[in-house]
Parts: sequence; structure tokens; C-alpha cells
Amino acid sequence: MSTSTTASSIGQPLSRIDGPAKVTGRAKYAAEHAADGLAYGWVVSSAIAKGKVKAIHEEAARAVPGVIEILTHKNRPHVAWFDRSYRDQVAPPGEPFRALYDDEIKFSFQPLALVLAKTLEAARAAAALLRIDYIQEEPNTDFENSLEKAYVPPKKRSGIPAPASRGDAQKALDEAHLKVTADYASAAHHHNPMEMHATTVIYGSDGALTVYDKTQGSQNVKSYLVGVFGLANDKVTVRNPYVGGAFGSGLRPHYQVYLATMAALYLKRSARVTLTRQQMVSHVRRPETFQSMALGASEAGGLQSIINSAVTATSTFEDYQENVVNWGVGAYRCADAAADYKLVALDTPTPGDMRAPGAATGMTLFECAMDELSYAVGVDPLQLRLLNYAEVDPISGNPFTSKALREAYDIGAERFGWGKRPSEPRAMRDGNELTGWGMATGMWDATFQKTSARARISANGGLEVATAASDIGTGTYTIIAQVASETLGLPTANIDVKIGDSDLPASPIEGGSWMAASSSAAVQLACQSLGTRLFEAAQDLDGSPFKDIKFEAVSFNDGRIIAKDDPSRFLSITDIMKRADLPSLEVVETAGPGLSGMVSQVKKARATHSAIFAEVKVDDELGVVRVTRIVVAVAAGRILNPKTARSQIMGGVVMGMGMALHEESMMDTRFGRPMNHNFAEYHIPVNADIHGIDVIFVEEEDKEVSPLGVKGLGEIGIVGTAAAIASAVFHATGTRVRKFPITLDKLI
Amino acid sequence: MPPQATLQPAAPAFDVKVDFSLTINGRKHSFSVEPWVTLLDLLRERLDLTGSKKGCDHGQCGACTVLVDGKRINSCLKLAVTLDGSEITTIEGLADGDRLHPLQQAFVEHDAFQCGYCTPGQICSAQGLINEGRARTAAEIRELMSGNLCRCGAYTNIVDAVEEVVRQGALHKEAAE
Ligand code: FES
Ligand code: FES
Repeated sequence: MSTSTTASSIGQPLSRIDGPAKVTGRAKYAAEHAADGLAYGWVVSSAIAKGKVKAIHEEAARAVPGVIEILTHKNRPHVAWFDRSYRDQVAPPGEPFRALYDDEIKFSFQPLALVLAKTLEAARAAAALLRIDYIQEEPNTDFENSLEKAYVPPKKRSGIPAPASRGDAQKALDEAHLKVTADYASAAHHHNPMEMHATTVIYGSDGALTVYDKTQGSQNVKSYLVGVFGLANDKVTVRNPYVGGAFGSGLRPHYQVYLATMAALYLKRSARVTLTRQQMVSHVRRPETFQSMALGASEAGGLQSIINSAVTATSTFEDYQENVVNWGVGAYRCADAAADYKLVALDTPTPGDMRAPGAATGMTLFECAMDELSYAVGVDPLQLRLLNYAEVDPISGNPFTSKALREAYDIGAERFGWGKRPSEPRAMRDGNELTGWGMATGMWDATFQKTSARARISANGGLEVATAASDIGTGTYTIIAQVASETLGLPTANIDVKIGDSDLPASPIEGGSWMAASSSAAVQLACQSLGTRLFEAAQDLDGSPFKDIKFEAVSFNDGRIIAKDDPSRFLSITDIMKRADLPSLEVVETAGPGLSGMVSQVKKARATHSAIFAEVKVDDELGVVRVTRIVVAVAAGRILNPKTARSQIMGGVVMGMGMALHEESMMDTRFGRPMNHNFAEYHIPVNADIHGIDVIFVEEEDKEVSPLGVKGLGEIGIVGTAAAIASAVFHATGTRVRKFPITLDKLI
Repeated sequence: MPPQATLQPAAPAFDVKVDFSLTINGRKHSFSVEPWVTLLDLLRERLDLTGSKKGCDHGQCGACTVLVDGKRINSCLKLAVTLDGSEITTIEGLADGDRLHPLQQAFVEHDAFQCGYCTPGQICSAQGLINEGRARTAAEIRELMSGNLCRCGAYTNIVDAVEEVVRQGALHKEAAE
């Protein structure tokens, strides 16, 4: 079975198939599904960070015309008792947050009431009139001043590797010719997807719920709702056909889906809850991170010791953990390394995964220390990386399924013009501005997860491929269509991709950069299997041209099955369906590591790599930093669609620029109150901040990492980007800033 | 001594409705709604025109950008009643039937979005910018499109898409002159 290349084949820059829906406004996001008699929910958030609700005065709010009900911990309907009912696929150890459960307040902006009204305006007005009396306690939200209270999490979060040490790092450090020690910190970040978290629950006439939620995993949310509200499995469907960005904020079910579902069940009518932008600080963030590093090296710059310790923030009720420290100890060849990782519990919501969780901070901060080492040794930063290049995974000692990082360094450096870089800081000036060039390495896991997909062809030749995957802007719709198109030789116009629905065949949540590898494998398998069935049906037909040939000897092209060695022998798919009297033909297949016919789980390391080069211009007097050029060379296996792939990387790079220069969720630690919970004060890069971003995909053939050789791209763009920028800022100014973001006050 | 006036805020009046009309995407609509309803909420919640997005409700993100008499505005900041008699164009009103507007087409071709949530605002803003006649270079487009945030980071593609349409427009104009 084979096909010829068309515009929609794998590897072609096909424009997004969901593009027209998105540019015309037809694409409906979570808060945009209409329902008769919809109750609008407005969340009332806690004004204090710790304490108890003493009293809630509802009279004025209830008097607002149009108010239907006000739900609080006092009158909420029954919800599950045990913590395990609230635990979702990605929950860290601890007690998941329950909104409106009791009078206890654990963080600022905790939801304390849900006002439900016939109009949005009435709900908002009533919410403003709700008065809450509090019993206040002193909160602790001061990460920096709590580091001495850090603890090793007693229970590990599943999927997060333990800190990996080897040899005797302290001894090796003591004996090293050169030492660099550096303490780095990164601020908390809020995901701030453009779409606020929202849920519309449509209450069916039979009491069944259709839940449109902003989530990265419809099936994760569904099982959560089933657990929390004791719903029958067939009485709730969760959908997320369009998701207005998420970056990890939609991995866990958040309180808006809990509240909207509670309201719908309680009122027996459809309900919607949309958070305000301000309330977007009340569920999840990338934790504050502190990382302390010690590097020992030989005179020539060979790494002899790495000591990498990190502390991240969590909440008082869950131990959120991420892999922060193993990037540093796993990136370079070095015999002795030590890593450790601790948490500090704060009176805040539980942090969570945000784009490249752990690596965006851990690898980035580690790369900053490498930059410092390059100056200490007196070698070029790129040269230092090459000197310590890891041919095998330093942690496991296993070879990589593929690692074209060396090529990425070469191609990136060449494109950037790195060879012309003066080694001294402050050596390039452009009027008032100092120019600096910096670089860093990026790394992320390449994983592939068990996924099922259904392929169904109907008599008219229309193909439907379905899996409960999500497209959060990643291009999932499009790559699925391409894989199906190539496998069955059908134009994408004939292919209907169905995703974003918990009723569809099982898919993992969209996260960790595994979606492309996983969904493409499942869809390819389902389409291959459907192809076999079609071929068998064709063989059974009277006078079939394929009687004497095997499946391997035909190709699928142009909606036909064609004998490879005799193109005059063919049958169109519609013909086969008609003559075999088949109204439709359907298969469901599951792909996953270790399943038969899939890539074996050979003992190898699987990772995506990148080399990032940055140019900055820094105003010598004002300290204003502009990133004028980024070149990023990415080794990520096979690229399914270079157009959407490039966008993924650019998006990661832009977010990395935000991390480097702007993004910082600030807390007024006196009150435990977020201070910059809006777009005017939490700065993300805007159009004028972004200049040239040159994305290069390095060729990397990999038959072992996943069935299609795909490694995934969602995270890698952000990893290391801030380090390359910090390296460039140092090169421009000679000032080392060890606390992200690098705002101008730190440079003047 | 005169009795002391008690300083009580007036009880809020919730039963106020105002009549007005708007032409939205070429169709005239008459309304009788509360004066505190924003144009954005009117479009999204009362007309099911959900193409205009809410990203902040505070005039900070541009997701809600629509054209009022050809000018781009943040519809979350505008009370609908104040626009009586205006012509509103939203993202739903740009395409010509099944034929995409040149900006819509260019956005698709240049992959000028990922999640698509900021996209209607970007496109309406770009049309407003073109109407202003101010976007001549990529640098100007970058600057003048900076009121429209894109968390997916599609900025360089947005600039490419807008620049292409601006350039085409310039060509058309030249051809017409
Ligand atoms: S929603 Fe209007 S500017 Fe953000
Ligand atoms: S495309 Fe997602 S915010 Fe712009």
C-alpha cells in the first residue's frame, strides 16, 4: 500500500483545515454555545487569601431582577466526599481543590459563590452586590522568603522522574579546576490563554449533560465530572472542538466546569460560567522557581561536576511537582552530577503544568549557568556545548533514538552568523544601543502515548476520522487529515476530522508534546486497517481486478485502489462500496508503545533538541531590551506539516521572550493578593516586540521514537529561549541578571 | 437645625431599558436593552454573533475589535446604546458568502493564528488599519497592530498576512488610477 505525494500529504505545508471556521468567526469556543433558558453564572471570588467565610449577605444580590439562584458552600448540592473522586489524570498528590465545599479559604480569588441569572449583566450586577464577611488569617505567599521551609515532597507525582544523581558530584566539584556557582530565579507565570476559562453545560430534555469546556482533554474532564457528581457515564458528554489556547492551563478540570455543572444539575437547566481575566489567576500558574547550580570544569571547559538543586512553589493542599532538575544533569556529558528538588507550600492555588513544565525553567536556568561557565573558561558558549556534547543520555547511559543537536548547532550558528561574534561583552554598539549575541540549548521529552482512532468511509467516498484528541491551536485537525489523506489517497476535502468529544475513541490529554506522535499513529493505523478492509471487499467483487494480487501490491490514490504494476487495474472506492453494497465501513484501532506492530520500547532515550541563537539590542542608558533576531534550529524528528510546525515553534519562542523580558505574576505578599492580574499589568509580548524569528527544522530520521517518526513540537520552542536572550543581554551589557524577567530596572 | 440628610446610595435601578437601532453586517436591528450592555455582550449574548471574542473585557487585548462606521474599536468598552444608528461590521460580516475576505484568506494562507481566538479581532483590526491608510511598512503594521494580543505568538505571520493584503490593495489602487 502506498500513495503519491499531493498537496495534503504528510510533510506538506497544508493550511489549517479549521482555518476558514476560525477566520470567519464560525468556530465556537466553550462560552459560545447557545442554549434555551441559559443561566449565566458569575463567580464571586475571595478578597482574602486565608481564613474563613463568616457570613454571606445575599439580600441585595438576590433583589436584582433576573437573578435565579446564588450557590455558596451553604446551599450547594451534594458532591463527592472522597478526594479520589476529584483526582484527574494529571493531578499531583494531595487534596484537589473543591469549590464551595466549606467555609475555608485557601487562596485569594478562591470562588466563594456563584450567582446565576437570566442575563450576563444581571449576574454581574448581583455578584457585585454580594457582601462577604471574613475571618482573616495571615497568609504566606512569599516564595523567596520561604526557601528555608522547602521540603522534599513525600509522595511523588506520577510521571515525574526522581532527581537523578550519579557519581560523587561534591567531590568532583571540590577537585575541579574551575567552579561556577550561580543562583537563579524565575517568576511565576500565568498561562493567560486569550480565551478565558469557560464552560457551557447544555441540559438535555432527558437530563443528559453536554458540557462544552475549555479543556485539553475532554475525557479527563468527563471522568472527573462522573466522579464528583456521581453521574452515569452515558449521561454526560464533554466537548472541546475549539480551544482558545491553553498552554497547560486546560490540563486539569478547573472550577468553572465544576461550578457550571453543579449549577445545571441544581437548576435542571443549561448554565454557563466564564471567568473574568482577573479570575484567571485563581486556578493555575507556572510556579515560582529557584535554582541553585554549581558547575565544575577542567581548564579546557570539560564538565566535571554538576550540582543542580531547585525549589518550586506549590499550594498548601497539593504537592505539584515537575521535572526541573534533570534537564541540567541530563543535558551534557559529565561523570558526576547531583540533583535535588524541593517544594515550598504557599497560600495560593496549586500551580500546574505550563508549556514545557520544568524545562522552560529548569533547562533555561541551567543554560544560564552554562553561559557563565563559558566566560569563566574563556571559550565561546557554543564551543562549550560542543565540548560537552552528550552522545548518549547522561542519566540512563542509553543511546538516543536520534539526536541531531550537533547539526542544529551547526545550521543555527551558520544562519545566525555566530562565527562573527566578538567574545567580549559590550563589543558591539549601534548608536545608543549595545548589541549582544547569545545562545542556548533546548531539550524536551519525545513521547508517544496509547491512542485510539476510528475511521469510517461512507458509500459516497467521504471519510470520517475520529479520536477524542484536542486541538488547542496545535494543528491537530490538520495533521490528522494529512495522515488520513496520505494513507487512503483521498483529498482532504473528502475527509471529516472529528476530535474534541469525550464520546470518541480514547485519546490522551493534549499536553507534553505527545499529541502529534500519538494521534498520527492511531489515525494511520485505523486508515491502514480500513484500507485493508476496502481491499478485501474489492477482491470479493465479481470480476475484481485484484483477485490474484496481494494488498502490498496496490496503492491508494485519487480515491482509488490501483495495482502498482498495472495502473489500468483499479477500482474507485465509491465503486467498491456500491458494488459490495456497503453503506459504510468502519474500523477502530489503537496505537501505543509496545502494542503489536508498533515501535518497540527499546532501551533508548527519546528527546527533542534545539539550538537557539538570539540577538538583542539594549539601550545603554535606559536599559530597554529589544530582541531583534532569533534563529532556532529544531531537531524534532519528522515534521508532519512545516507550516503549522513553524507556528508551534514561533509560539514557544514568543512565550520564551515573554519569560525572558516581561512575564511575572506579582503577589502583594502582605495580603497574599495577586497584583497584576490583567493584560495591562501582566505583560506578554505584543506584535511590536517581535522581529525576525527564523525557524529551521533539522533533518532527523527516527524509526524508533514513534510510528511516524514524529517527536512533537508544543514545548521545545520555549525551552532555552530565555537563556539565549539572557546570554545575549550579558554579551551586550556585561551585566548578569539572575532573576527573570530581565526588566530594565535590573540593567540600569 | 435641619434634619441631617442620610448619605445612602440610591437603590440601583435595574429596570431601565433604552430603544436604539444598529445596522450589523448590513442588517438593521432594533433593540430595547439596558444601557449598561456593551456592544460586545450584545453581539455575543443577544445576537449569537460570537465571532467577536472576549479576552479581557477591559480594553486591554483587542480580541473584541469590530468596525463601527469603518473604524476599529474595542467593543467591550463601548456601551451599545451609545452607538444608535451606527453601522457595525463584525468578523461574520467580512466574507462575501463563501468567498473569504482577502484578509481572511491571507490569514489562512500565512497561518496567522493557532488557537484562533484572537483572530477575528486581529482581522477586524487589520481592516480598520487599512481603512486608516496608515500601514505602509511591516514596522508600521507591527506597531499599529500591537493593540491586538496573540498569546499563541502568531505575530510574524499576522504581519506577513496584513502586509500582503496591504500590498495587493496598493496594487489595485495603482491599477485603478
Ligand atoms: S475584550 Fe475588549 S479589549 Fe479585550
Ligand atoms: S491565535 Fe491564539 S491567541 Fe492568537
